[in-house]
Amino acid sequence: MTALLSRRTLIKSGGAMIVGLSLSGRGLAQVLPAAEAALGKTVDAGELDGFFAVHENNSVTLFCGKVDLGQGLRIAIRQMAAEELGIGVDRIAMVEGDTALTPDQGATAGSSGIMRGGVQIRQAAATAREALIRLAAERLGQPAEALEAVNGEVRPKAGGKGVGYGALIGNKRFGLKLDAKAPLKDPGTYVVVGKPLPRPDVPEKVTGHHTYVHDLKVPGMLHGRILRPPSIGAKIIEVDEASIRNIPGAQVVRLNDFLGVVAEEEWDAVQAARTLKARWSESATLIGHDGVRDWMRAGPFMADEGLTKKGDAGASLAGAAQRVSGTYYWPLHTHGSMGPSCAVADVRDGKATIWSASQATHRLRLTLAKILTLQPENVRVIYLDGAGCYGMNGHDDASADAALLSKALSRPVRVQWMREDEHGWDPKGPPQLLALEAALGADGRIAAWRTEMWIPKATAGLPNIPLLGPAEAGIAQVQGISTGLISQNAGPMSYNVPNVEVVVHWLKDSPLRPSNIRAPGKIANCFAVEGFVDELAAAAKRDPVEFRLDGLSDPRGIEVLKRTAALLGWKPRPSPGPGGLGRGIAYVHYKNNETYVAIGMEAEVDRASGAIRVHRIACAHDCGLVINPDALRQQIEGNILQTLSRTLFEEVTFDRARVTSVDWASYPILTFPDVPAVLIEVIDRPREPPLGAGEAATTPVPAALANAIFDATGARLRNVPFTPERMKQALARGAA
Amino acid sequence: MASYTISVNGNSLAVDSRDPDQPLLYVLRNSLGLTGAKFGCGLGQCGACTVIVDGEATRSCQMPVAAAVGRKITTIEGLGAPDKPHPVQAAFIAEQAAQCGYCTNGMVMTSTALLARNGKPTLGEAKEALAGNLCRCGTHQRILRAVMRVAGRVAP
Repeated sequence: MTALLSRRTLIKSGGAMIVGLSLSGRGLAQVLPAAEAALGKTVDAGELDGFFAVHENNSVTLFCGKVDLGQGLRIAIRQMAAEELGIGVDRIAMVEGDTALTPDQGATAGSSGIMRGGVQIRQAAATAREALIRLAAERLGQPAEALEAVNGEVRPKAGGKGVGYGALIGNKRFGLKLDAKAPLKDPGTYVVVGKPLPRPDVPEKVTGHHTYVHDLKVPGMLHGRILRPPSIGAKIIEVDEASIRNIPGAQVVRLNDFLGVVAEEEWDAVQAARTLKARWSESATLIGHDGVRDWMRAGPFMADEGLTKKGDAGASLAGAAQRVSGTYYWPLHTHGSMGPSCAVADVRDGKATIWSASQATHRLRLTLAKILTLQPENVRVIYLDGAGCYGMNGHDDASADAALLSKALSRPVRVQWMREDEHGWDPKGPPQLLALEAALGADGRIAAWRTEMWIPKATAGLPNIPLLGPAEAGIAQVQGISTGLISQNAGPMSYNVPNVEVVVHWLKDSPLRPSNIRAPGKIANCFAVEGFVDELAAAAKRDPVEFRLDGLSDPRGIEVLKRTAALLGWKPRPSPGPGGLGRGIAYVHYKNNETYVAIGMEAEVDRASGAIRVHRIACAHDCGLVINPDALRQQIEGNILQTLSRTLFEEVTFDRARVTSVDWASYPILTFPDVPAVLIEVIDRPREPPLGAGEAATTPVPAALANAIFDATGARLRNVPFTPERMKQALARGAA
Repeated sequence: MASYTISVNGNSLAVDSRDPDQPLLYVLRNSLGLTGAKFGCGLGQCGACTVIVDGEATRSCQMPVAAAVGRKITTIEGLGAPDKPHPVQAAFIAEQAAQCGYCTNGMVMTSTALLARNGKPTLGEAKEALAGNLCRCGTHQRILRAVMRVAGRVAP
């Protein structure tokens, strides 16, 4: 092992990870690169040493600010680094999201892992390669131009003995700034990028050996559980600590309305949380899920804003011969992580270490420092895998919960939420309401379009969303709401419409604490826009694919649409079709300037029960340069199936007091019998920049399904989820 | 504190538990350090905690430790290891059938129990067997392909 892998290390034992004074003989790719010896290194993203350390044994450690939440960047970013550095991926160990070791590359969010994080690391790798070649030129007495960096050594292009990276700089700092001009390799010469290399974590994940934050044990650790209020906003009146005195070692921690229990044994902590008697005030401040639509129209509002104004949509609509309108609604969703949020915190002696599955460890560090009244330099947040989160779920909350308990007790504490905590209290994807109106010209094209939408306004500059524990404990936080960029892709920007207006009514609040959830806002917006484009195609009695192609001018957009149609063997005709199996299509140019996706779907409806059955889903996907085609396909598959689940089944329900969809029975998701065949075509464009793939393919899914259902039945669904009840109502209304 | 002798992965092990109703899951994860089985819901709804008990895929969050005595329990660690995976695990690796991987334990264990009683399940039978196992990342297709791979059938 290298000098970076030190004596005080993180080792694995029997599947659990234990922090201790011991060594493990596991391979470089498997072990969490033990890091203590590297402490004190720079985490400056402008410094080459921020990202890379080269060791004497010709191995490399890559310090990555982005984290692998299950999306596969653990291999993809290694591939980008390996390609530019000229070394095998198996020689690169990767440290992710450790605030003491990795640069702050921003949250792992917004499909930015590869397109920003990976691209930055690629530039660092190119800088390192050029530096290694310069060092070798001196060592070998040859001009740099005559040398190449291959397989971990710099050698003469003409042949002859090279010198290994370890011998050139092993265990010494580069001391160089990141060079934005360091030349990148010609994509035509790539040998690692573009290969479907297997993900290094899969063998451990399928054998139970992968260490999740849930599996971490540290010496002296207590198990904690939090008692969230029985209704949102309720206050503690009285806690009867004696009610748990029969549970050995169980203790209550109360900070104002923050109430937790700890015990030596996890099951005792669970039992203590269930047994503890506490009296709370009543609280009934919520809208209730049935009232959300009306509430969104009524406000209160923060502001109205015009997002797009092109031509004169108002005048064109007023004078139009054929007008179409439709209102689309998207409900609140939970992240629905398979594992309830978890964290381990050790807050003692003016210092804090928190192991967390947060997607933004650097941001969380600043938040926790404030909550704990510590200097940020005395707080370290270390990323460990959690259950997939698709945005900010409860991991940051659980981190604060663990930190508060640990601080109160001066012992390490592990907090894992229970299922009802996760479903009930994770921050939710916000609701969205869009009213669309358009006019068709005599030529059968869209002449004018107006989008009016009602969505919650994110608070500008909010450092982190207000966390539950500190709020209950009365610890000051910056108040506000966070939703992600939820107003994007809400107009027909791809379709050369001459008169367009997109306006947004920004709501001051959201019915439940919101956060960013996969492709924030853009799934609902694309649902509305692409469903509505289909309504217009039907009004014009034109084939939905041809109608779209007629408006598209971007050749990459045209290609994904044509390829998706071809995957389904699409025959041009207007919708609705003759009945039976329907087909639908939808398209997105993600954020209007990123990945291109078209999704086609075949579905049928059982008219008696209202049950929807999806048979096949097709997707052509263009995210520019493809780093790892298999990991990419997996992201596309996941995007599609998860969004199919959200579209068919999901809505957070709540009454005046609390969330009522608190388990998988009351919040059902897609199950295996519902899984259709999925056909994917990946378009690789090696000369184009790599774009994100963690979100884009989610966005056309709901519209493609609604359009297929319309094609099958003539009934239009504009409300998610597409429950059998809603389907039957739509069928009863008949063709929209 | 009572002691319970349970058979896990071929080993007879004595574990202490104050509460006879402590679910097997907590005993496996905390007393025995076998953390492959995951806590997902504690309600028997998601399958993340699945182990094989006397040949049956069983929710370890629903089985009291006292009820586990005298049963033959296999956990995911008992099937194989990263360098020597069980054929089902090898198929999951070949198909790269995990994203976040939190549900994977249940997928592997349920598939293993299925394939032990029916070596050549159809795609429909595999979907039915896995109907009680939830996955949030959307890895379903790959999991089904892994099962079909072991069954020697054409992948979906």
